Amino acid sequence: MMQLNVLIAGVGGQGTLLASRVLGRYALAQGSDCKLSEVHGMSQRGGSVVTHVKMGEKVYSPVIEPGGADVLLAFEALEAARYAHYVKKGGMIIVSTQKIMPMSVVTGSAKYPGDILDKLTEMGYNMVKVDAVGTAERAGNIRAANIVMIGCMAKLLKIDYGQMRKAVGESVPQKSLEVNLKAFEEGFNAIKLP
Amino acid sequence: MKKLLIGNAAVARGAYEAGVRVACAYPGTPSTEITEEISKYDEIYSEWSPNEKVALEVAIGASIGGARAICCMKHVGVNVAADPLFTFSYTGVNGGLVLVCADDPGMHSSQNEQDSRRYALAAHVPMLEPSDSQEAKDFTRLAFEISENYDTPAMLRLTTRVAHSQSVVELSDPERVELKPYAKDAAKYVMVPANARERHKAVERRMKALAEDCNGLPINRIEYGDRSVGIICSGNVYQYVKEALPQASVLKLGMVHPLPQRLIREFAKNVEQLYIAEELEPVIETQVKAMGISCKGKELFTVQGEYSAGMIRQAITGEAKAALQPVLVPPRPPVLCAGCPHRGVFYVLNKLRLTVSSDIGCYSLGASKPLNAIDAVLCMGASIGMAHGMEKARGREFARKAVAVIGDSTFIHSGITGLIDAVYNKGNLTLIILDNSTTGMTGHQHHPASGFTIKNEPTHLLNLEALCLACGASSVRVVDSYDMEGLENAIKEETGRDGVSVIIARRSCVLLDKGRKNYYTVNAKCTNCKLCLRLGCPAITSGEKASAIDKSLCTACGLCKKVCRFGAVEEAQR
Repeated sequence: MMQLNVLIAGVGGQGTLLASRVLGRYALAQGSDCKLSEVHGMSQRGGSVVTHVKMGEKVYSPVIEPGGADVLLAFEALEAARYAHYVKKGGMIIVSTQKIMPMSVVTGSAKYPGDILDKLTEMGYNMVKVDAVGTAERAGNIRAANIVMIGCMAKLLKIDYGQMRKAVGESVPQKSLEVNLKAFEEGFNAIKLP
Repeated sequence: MKKLLIGNAAVARGAYEAGVRVACAYPGTPSTEITEEISKYDEIYSEWSPNEKVALEVAIGASIGGARAICCMKHVGVNVAADPLFTFSYTGVNGGLVLVCADDPGMHSSQNEQDSRRYALAAHVPMLEPSDSQEAKDFTRLAFEISENYDTPAMLRLTTRVAHSQSVVELSDPERVELKPYAKDAAKYVMVPANARERHKAVERRMKALAEDCNGLPINRIEYGDRSVGIICSGNVYQYVKEALPQASVLKLGMVHPLPQRLIREFAKNVEQLYIAEELEPVIETQVKAMGISCKGKELFTVQGEYSAGMIRQAITGEAKAALQPVLVPPRPPVLCAGCPHRGVFYVLNKLRLTVSSDIGCYSLGASKPLNAIDAVLCMGASIGMAHGMEKARGREFARKAVAVIGDSTFIHSGITGLIDAVYNKGNLTLIILDNSTTGMTGHQHHPASGFTIKNEPTHLLNLEALCLACGASSVRVVDSYDMEGLENAIKEETGRDGVSVIIARRSCVLLDKGRKNYYTVNAKCTNCKLCLRLGCPAITSGEKASAIDKSLCTACGLCKKVCRFGAVEEAQR
């Protein structure tokens, strides 16, 4: 049984919740135990958000500890850095190269570290950078960048294409089914395994 | 059938399976989804009540009327509902009644982190605490049984990590629960002193019986392992303990009030070192120590915030797992959305340098930089009373430079009485109602002034203008929230006027308007003066030579065009 801890980080409104629910549905279909921890309310308003996905034989805490994530799925570069220390040794950061300025940067009280992804690579993290927004745009809707990321992760972790695709199809609203399946396919194909 | 459910949806399912007929709530994170999910069951009457006190009173009426009823709120909502709760504890129930309260350790979306378990002790009602979604469903059903068997309201305590975590739930069919007969019973339900004295004895008898019986309750259970360490815990902390110390002996409490004293003594006797791991207040620890049992608790664990498996492991074994240090990056706190109708109001308030008493809602974010417009935020409805009190302390001239701001839903929740007070006691007050026609922060729930019920059925629309006039406001005017010039003029005029004035800044929440909107762009006239950045709009970013507007976020509210002095912002067709 696949034991997998995925931390999904992003900015409120980027669809981390939906992404985690796709993984939850996938886990359940595999017969795994699974827990997801979500963020609702105040913290969703354009703030930094993080959702935890844990699957395996038996899951107790729904929360991933620092150093406990197999994969950090980051929808934004700065958020990848914010949660990088959650990744375990040998784990992986899959990051959308999109940059969203936090208010502290907009008002000039802080600077967006432009080279942040290079810095993470230097620190020894196993980084996979993805143009999720561009890929989603090609699939038909930039809002499907979250599902592009799921596609990328499925390919990188050698998860069965059909089973994850099914989980995507069952998790997204009916009216955006087609574009999300397309986004998943594009994300999956965007990754070239060595 | 197995399903992944958040704890809140599992409570809703439990209510359905328990044959609940009436569900009432005022929205509040992390409890809101319980009643939203319940509203999807046509078998259950559900409502958004104007506040938690009314919600509980409606549920109590349903219980006296013979139905099983559930009432859901966040932890601070129990403060509002405490009055009916404490006396309903005396009357007891007819149909079972469960009060669900969701605590928020770590304050993900709250103004304090009070511990609701203290309410169970103070009101003398039993309280159950689930540790995952399956238990959330099962304990909800059990709470109804306990409520009816012991003639008491029962409380179910959730914390954010249970309420908002998904885990696997096995669904069952609903019970058939008949409406109980209703018969007038004044001695039980009319709480005048003579009757209440008798009922208080019933409360004592019932709590003694519960304190004895809970020793045999299967949800209180000992899991023996390595007996050198024994940990008493409940709720989500149980999950952290199992992950951190899988070999340790554990007494898992499903019922956190009253405590199973015999079980605790037995467990304490059979382990070498006893620990109490509980988030927030030392509620279990204080009672265990009062039993004369030695244990370690808050000398190892904080009363602040959320616990984790790692911190429990470290506190008990002294071992810290080596983890990398976080990378230091600029913080990203929540902000008012692009196009939020509250933004213009706070921009004007900041510009006029007024003292602003504010309230609970999305608009608490008006306190953040760069808007920086808020002086005080306390609890639901407090803005109006606070502004009135400031005038009484500092005088009429001070009040000319001060306003209270409150959301539409919050005003109905508990602001109306504050307005009546200011009028009655000859205050000089300017109140701005930020009317976005919804309960925004909790995810857009209807309320009496939105004109729709929880099931989206049209209903009587509460007219805020007429209500404020009826309260005695000498001036009530409505301004479009995007009209900053109109707002500024209105605020200047009303703060200059004697008596109590109300300005209703009205425009619906931008997230509710799904229509395709145009957007704004920055042209070559931009001098990079950065005035537009003072709006704190997430769609506007600062550049080397000019500001820029993110097309994907812009909703064409036009505020930036209004503040720009150089005509550098123009509208574009999407």
